[in-house]
Amino acid sequence: MRGFIPNYQLTTPASLADALALLQNEPGVWKPFAGGTDLMVLLEAGKLPHRNYVNIWGLNELRGIEAADTHITLGALTTYTEIQANPILCSEFPMLCQAASETGGLAIQNRGTLGGNIINASPAADSPPALLAYDAEIELLSTNGSRRLPYQGFHTGYKQMHIAPDELLARIRLPRNTTGLTHYYRKVGTRKAQAISKVCFAAIGRMDAGHIAETGMAVGSVAPVVVRCVQTENVLKSRRPDAETIRLACASLLQEISPIDDIRSTANYRLQVAKNLLADFLSVLNHS
Amino acid sequence: MLCLPQRQARTECLSMSITQVEFKLNGGTRRLEVFPMARLLDVLREQLQLTGTKEGCGEGECGACTVIVDGQIVNSCLVPVAQLNGSEITTIEGVARDDQLHAVQQSFIEHGGAQCGICTPGMVLAAVDLLQRNPRPTEDEIRNGLAGNLCRCTGYMKIFESVVRAYQK
Repeated sequence: MRGFIPNYQLTTPASLADALALLQNEPGVWKPFAGGTDLMVLLEAGKLPHRNYVNIWGLNELRGIEAADTHITLGALTTYTEIQANPILCSEFPMLCQAASETGGLAIQNRGTLGGNIINASPAADSPPALLAYDAEIELLSTNGSRRLPYQGFHTGYKQMHIAPDELLARIRLPRNTTGLTHYYRKVGTRKAQAISKVCFAAIGRMDAGHIAETGMAVGSVAPVVVRCVQTENVLKSRRPDAETIRLACASLLQEISPIDDIRSTANYRLQVAKNLLADFLSVLNHS
Repeated sequence: MLCLPQRQARTECLSMSITQVEFKLNGGTRRLEVFPMARLLDVLREQLQLTGTKEGCGEGECGACTVIVDGQIVNSCLVPVAQLNGSEITTIEGVARDDQLHAVQQSFIEHGGAQCGICTPGMVLAAVDLLQRNPRPTEDEIRNGLAGNLCRCTGYMKIFESVVRAYQK
């Protein structure tokens, strides 16, 4: 049953400074509310326990995509539609654009934000695997200033993350070092639009003289958080992408992920699909 | 004051959360007192009595409640009304011009794009939005543009045909 609407507060600050002041003055009382595509679903289901929200949707300081020589910066409120419309992102970070195009349908893509996808902290979110594979960094803001940290390690457990109650996710940074990489992104769900992932796999790689010179790999919907598969990346390093490498990498991957049975799929199916996607990635990389 | 003392424990103070919003709706300006987290869908249907917008799933899956906000389609079940201050909204009631149906509406009628009618307002708005962005979409682009709108009657083919015929007019 829907949450009792009058019980919820959604206050609209006049500026980013006002929003940060509110978060700082009453720590834990207020939480940010961006495009609403996740929170409103919980509200409708009567599963939105927190009551007080700061409406950050109108804060232009948290919007925009900026390209510098060494990195691209995306405001936390960048929508999936805006990601897909950006030519630099689509040429240098195609997995992020693909993730954006496969999240929900158009109406969701017009409201859903990259920052919201991170802070909502669903292990089935579609953009985090791409962000992890691309070594994204995030910038958190509070009245005390800003701090930048690697996105990898930000999520510490199911819906748990390294963010203080007075901090707001402001920006996501992507290093522009993807030239010559093979990008491999596959979301496996029940249908192409709208469906939430059963497994979501993002990987980059580069070959050098028949050997794997470089990889970055992350998988969603297979653990309490989206997993950057560092151990498997190490297994792959400097090896030829042959059958023995695929066997070793799949064995390593199974140690890094811990899928469960839930409403969308089963642990066994997810394990098998994750292995298949890893093998497919290595095959694509080998022929790149 | 909307909060009675004996009810305060449950509802805290209702008057505290009521807020004012002003937006343009189908060309006219509307000023409303609302609970900020009220869904746009409910404000349209209940407060403004514009029942053309339908509720299907209530969780952003089916697209029945699609409306256009600031030139983009949204699921009105997922938009809290407090986020609409200063926005421009078009619902199905604002698609026709006086007695003149929009080409998409006329085409849905002529080519069997509407059957039971529940998905139709959302489907029409998604199609209107698609043709505004892309006046001659391919079938793939039509499928993608309408992918967030579910229909359990038509099997979609007559809807796709209706969109094609609308832009061919």
